Formats: sequence, structure tokens, C-alpha cells
Amino acid sequence: MKIVVCVKQVPDTEAEKRLLPDTLTVDRESSNPVLNEMDEFAIEEALKLTEAHGGEVVVLTMGPDGADAAVRKALSMGAHSGILLSDPALAGSDAVATSYAIAQALGTTEYDLVILGSEASDARTSLVPAMLAERLGLPQLTFASKVEIDGTSITVNRLTDYGHDVVQAQLPAVVSVVEKINEPRYPSFKGIMAAKKKPVAALDVAAAGIDAALVGQAAAATTVVDAAQRPPRSAGVKVTDEGDGGVKLAEFLSAQKFI
Amino acid sequence: MVAVERTLPNDESRALFELVQELCAKELAPRAAEYEAAERFPREVFRTLGQAGLLSLPYDEEYGGGGQPYEVYLQVVEELARNWLTIGLGVSVHSLACYGLANFGSEQQKEKWLPGMLGGDQLGAYCLSEPQSGSDAAALTTRAVRSGDTAADAYTVTGTKAWITHSGHADFYTLMVRTSDDGAKGVSALLAEAGTPGLGFGKPENKMGMRGSVTAQVLLDGARIPAERLIGVEGQGFSIALSALEAGRLGIAACAVGVAQAALDAAVDYASSRQQFGHPIAEFQGVGFMLADMATSVAVGRAAYLTAARRRDAGLPYGTEAAMAKLFCTDMAMKVTTDAVQVFGGYGYTADFPVERYMREAKVLQIVEGTNQVQRLVISRALTRS
Ligand SMILES: Cc1cc2nc3c(=O)[nH]c(=O)nc-3n(C[C@H](O)[C@H](O)[C@H](O)COP(=O)(O)OP(=O)(O)OC[C@H]3O[C@@H](n4cnc5c(N)ncnc54)[C@H](O)[C@@H]3O)c2cc1C
Ligand SMILES: Cc1cc2nc3c(=O)[nH]c(=O)nc-3n(C[C@H](O)[C@H](O)[C@H](O)COP(=O)(O)OP(=O)(O)OC[C@H]3O[C@@H](n4cnc5c(N)ncnc54)[C@H](O)[C@@H]3O)c2cc1C
Repeated sequence: MKIVVCVKQVPDTEAEKRLLPDTLTVDRESSNPVLNEMDEFAIEEALKLTEAHGGEVVVLTMGPDGADAAVRKALSMGAHSGILLSDPALAGSDAVATSYAIAQALGTTEYDLVILGSEASDARTSLVPAMLAERLGLPQLTFASKVEIDGTSITVNRLTDYGHDVVQAQLPAVVSVVEKINEPRYPSFKGIMAAKKKPVAALDVAAAGIDAALVGQAAAATTVVDAAQRPPRSAGVKVTDEGDGGVKLAEFLSAQKFI
Repeated sequence: MVAVERTLPNDESRALFELVQELCAKELAPRAAEYEAAERFPREVFRTLGQAGLLSLPYDEEYGGGGQPYEVYLQVVEELARNWLTIGLGVSVHSLACYGLANFGSEQQKEKWLPGMLGGDQLGAYCLSEPQSGSDAAALTTRAVRSGDTAADAYTVTGTKAWITHSGHADFYTLMVRTSDDGAKGVSALLAEAGTPGLGFGKPENKMGMRGSVTAQVLLDGARIPAERLIGVEGQGFSIALSALEAGRLGIAACAVGVAQAALDAAVDYASSRQQFGHPIAEFQGVGFMLADMATSVAVGRAAYLTAARRRDAGLPYGTEAAMAKLFCTDMAMKVTTDAVQVFGGYGYTADFPVERYMREAKVLQIVEGTNQVQRLVISRALTRS
């Protein structure tokens, strides 16, 4: 079984993020780039599946040249090879374009399963997995908290507000995972050393067969017109209980339309 | 946590350090205070480190080790101890427990047991001290009597080992036992497996610090240890033990620098934000100079153990330098952690801040693997021998 895991390099989750004033895009220079945390769960799941069923794991990322660090991290956890899709033409791509570009890049390789995180911690649209499945014409099994493969059939628990649905499809398919699904392993020292020798294929727009007119900031379907700093938090309301604390709390919650 | 400026020899060791820092931030730092207060032994953290390859760093790759020089291995121990002494010291003790087999075992023995011991799942214990023999380790009395002469035969071991780190949790025990009455020359080293009938454990000691780390007696009551588990030859045990301790002392020195660094970091942080008389206390020369002295002695301590480590890595004798590093670094850690409490004032004397824990932790390092009096003995003898 061959599994492709799509991973994104994002600004350090812990760091204060800001938009560049002129382009209104995320300032990616100002903080340490890291592998999107949710994608570690996708990698772990792919590794577990290939450990159980045999096969190999390929990591794919679209990003600037430095995004190969995210690929290396996945390789040091145990993935077998990588694909780095990088081209100045891709800069500023929105979710629609990202899904198109990834779909085209996937066209350069074979696979039985594509696994993604369910959300990138920077833009957080959570759109790429579903859009990608649509573009590939494959079943989408999103928000998976459990994945099982039996022959060519795949079954996932799809996390919902009320519990989970059990969803089944035939491979190949596209899956996105939630953090509940597993406990990602750390890379090992030997894994880090081995990762340096694992192959990473570089793709640009031409090699992936991407129409440059459909990607990049110019092609984005949405435009960020303005951005403002989040206002500082205002002081909260303090309720002193003088026998009527419960009522006051209920009134507050009701005024905020919570109840 | 602010990164310490380190000189590491190559990209490989720098990549290793990134991994160590990630593990420290995610697995050690969040647990340390809580586990220490609850006296909880972090077996699972050792397992995580083992899977990441951190329990075998200074040993040969041929047997599953990390193939790292002491210069690198010890800085890893320092960083671990900086985040949690129980773990840093535990890794050092585990290395100590593997030392005998790795350096004095036969090819056959190493092939059979070393990959498992270095594989990351197992944890080791090193058993030299006894209730009545500490500094005078050669006075140990735990008896091992061999029955027969073939490899299938066994030693029957009876006696009590004291103060054993990881007692009851370890998977293997490197035991120094008496096989003849010939003083130091009558000591032999056996590698016992957990689960050996007759191998039991005492109640954990109620310690002043490092309470997350288990220290307890190992009780040998007619334990039968196969003769194939004798490391080296009969009578070689004491020199194996001392040679292991020479390397182990460097681990203790590195632990001391780690604890001192942690105390320094906390003190600098606190002194920069705590205001008195309208100024951060770090601006008062009395405090600022104390911080300067602390930082200087931490840096000198690090240089001391690295000097010894680099001699070892170069194949030069390093025993005296190791004793000096152990002595200097642990006395230094005691002073630096005490000063850190002083910088914190009354707050430092409470368990709400980590510095009182560092101070309690530093103390044990002046005692273990040869008290600092014994280190002075080693150093002074080396001076007058030549
Ligand atoms: C205000 C704003 C400004 C932005 N500025 C920029 C910018 O300057 N530069 C820029 O690059 N983007 C920018 N974007 C983000 C861009 O629109 C999205 O990041 C991108 O289209 C993917 O969507 P997402 O991050 O929401 O992914 P999600 O749909 O939340 O991600 C889900 C999963 O899809 C996969 N995935 C997502 N992206 C990739 C990828 N690139 N490669 C491989 N797998 C991936 C991962 O597995 C991830 O876990 C901005 C977005 C907003 C809202
Ligand atoms: C937390 C902890 C963990 C330990 N882990 C291990 C372990 O894993 N394995 C193991 O084998 N042991 C272990 N030990 C034991 C440790 O190595 C001994 O405590 C140490 O060697 C000192 O021995 P002792 O306690 O019997 O003190 P003693 O030898 O009785 O010493 C008492 C005092 O007398 C001084 N003294 C003794 N002889 C001389 C001399 N000739 N000149 C000057 N002063 C002298 C000592 O310096 C000390 O101050 C551990 C101890 C502790 C506290």
C-alpha cells in the first residue's frame, strides 16, 4: 500500500502571528516555521497503517524552499520519501488553488490513500482535504478519529458534534484526521540521520503540470481588503454572590445569548 | 527555555540536540515538579527517550548504540538534567550499568545482551554500594558462590546492595559481588536479569531530593545467576566497577552543570522582573554580581567536564580530570542553587518556585559515585604518585 501524506509548514503555533501590512499575507519570516501539528497525526496514522499492512509513506508539501524541513521531519519519523512542490508562482495561493496544485502534484505519483490533517494551524480553513478529494474524484473521509483498512475497503470513524459516524469507502480515498486518532511518535536519533539520505523529489509548477494562471495570490478567489489588530481583551464582569449569584449568572449568560 | 550556547562537533550532533530539546520541552519540563512532589517514578519517560535513541548514545553502533563521543553524550545528559535531574541522572546510571558488558564483556556476551540493553526498552541499575560499604566499596560482602565449572553452571548470590538507583524498576542489574576473600581482587561483576528468583527489592528510600528517582536496596537471597553472565574474569569486578565510575563521574558532573544552569536561568528571570526600591533587583550590584558569579561558575564547570570528556574521546587517560570535574561541578551546583534561592528571597524558600528543589537536588550530586572527599582522595593520590 502506498500512502501520500500532505503536510504543511506553518509559523510556530506558539508565536504571535501577524499579517504583512503591504500584502496582507501572513508574515512567515518573523517566526520559526514548523510542521503543522495536526499533520503529525496524519503521518503517524500513515506509518501505523503501513506497519500493519506493509507499503510505503510519501510526504508531500507545497511551500517555499525552506518547507523541506517539514518533509525532513516527516522522514525522520519514518516516512520513506518526499515530494516538495515549490515555485514562486504558487506564493499566496488560496485553498482552492492549493487543492488544485496538490491534486496536480499527486498526478505525478501512484497511491492508494491520501491522508491530510484536518486543519492547518495558520489559515485554519479546513477546506483543503475536501477540495482535494473533489478534484481527484475520490471518496472523502474527513475528521477521522479512527481508520481501518481491510483489503481495498477503508472504514473511518468520522468525528461529529454528537459522537461519530462510521463511514466506509473503497480505496483510493482521501482521509483527514483529527488529533484524537493517535499519539504521534518522536523522531529517533537514527531516524534523523536516516532521513538525510531519503529521496525528496522537487517539483515546480511545470513539472507538476500546474497552470500558473490558476494559482498564486493573483488567482485567489478571495482578497483580503483590510486587517486590524484584535482589540485587547476588556475586563470581565465580576459577580459577587449575595444569595442571588445564580440568578445573576443566568442573566449574564442569557444577555450573551448563551442560554 | 533559552538555549545554551554549545560547541557541538557536527551537524549530526546539532540535529540530535534539536531532538533532545523537543523531548525536554514536551516530555520532561511539564512533568518534573509534579512527579517530584508525588514521588512518582517516570518509567514511561525513559521509554520515550529510549525509543528516540537516547539511552544508548555513547555506545557502539554495532550493538545498537548511538556512536556518540562523550563530548556530545554528556551535553545531552546536561540538558536532560537541566529539565529534570531524575531523568538526567537516570540516563547516566543506565549508561553506567551498560558499561561493564560493553567494555569488558566477550564478543559472544555482547552480541547476546547488549542490543537489548541499548535498545531503549530496557533500563539498567548499577549495584556497588552496600549498607556497610560506601566509600570503602572494596569492603563489599555480597557473596557469590559458583557451583561447578561449565557454562551451564551458576553463581548463587546472597547479600544486600544499598542505595541502588532504579532498584525494582530496572530490567538488568550489574552486580559487584565477592567471589573470594582477597579484598578488591576478590570482587567479580555479574549481569543479573530482573525476574531472577531470589532477586528482591527493598522499600524506596525517603530522600531529601530527587524523589521521583527510586533508590532502594537490592536484596539477594540465594539468587542463581548463570555463570555465562560473569563479565570479564573472576576477580576483575572491582576494576570494572572503577572504570565504569570514571566515566560515570562525568555523567554526574554534567548533571550538576544542568541543575546549576536551571537555577541560574530561574534566578536571572526572577531578578529581572522582581522590583524593590523601584528597580528590578538585578540592577542592584549585590544581586547582579551574584548572578555574574553564578554564570561564570556554570560556564567553568561545563568547560571542566568537557575537557575531561574530550580527553576520553581522544583515547587519553582522563580519570583525574573526571574526578576534578565531578568535584568542581557538584560543589559549584550546590553553591549556585543555594544562591538562586537567595535571589528569590522568601519566595525561593517555598515549593511554589523550582529553586528550592534544585538546591535539594544538587546536594545528592556531592555524594553519589564517590563523595567529593573521595574525589579529592583520587586527585591528591594522582598528584603524589608521579
Ligand atoms: C488572511 C489570510 C492570509 C493568508 N496568507 C497566506 C500567505 O501569505 N501565504 C500562504 O502560503 N498562504 C496564505 N494563506 C493561507 C492559504 O489560503 C491557505 O493556507 C492554504 O490555501 C491552505 O489552506 P489552510 O491552511 O486553511 O489548510 P487546511 O485546509 O486548514 O489544511 C488541512 C490540511 O491540508 C493539508 N495542506 C494544507 N495546505 C497544504 C500545503 N500547502 N501543502 C500540503 N498540504 C497542505 C494539510 O494536511 C493540512 O493539515 C492565507 C490565508 C488567510 C486566511
Ligand atoms: C540518591 C542516591 C543514589 C545512589 N545510587 C547508587 C547506585 O545506583 N549504585 C550504587 O552502587 N550506589 C549508589 N548510591 C550510593 C553512593 O554511591 C554512596 O552513598 C556513596 O558512595 C557514599 O557512601 P556512604 O553513603 O556509605 O557514605 P560513607 O562512605 O559512609 O561516607 C560518610 C562520610 O565519610 C566521608 N569519608 C568516607 N571515607 C573517607 C575518607 N577515606 N576520607 C575522607 N572522607 C571520607 C564521606 O565523604 C562522607 O562524607 C546512591 C546514593 C544516593 C544517596
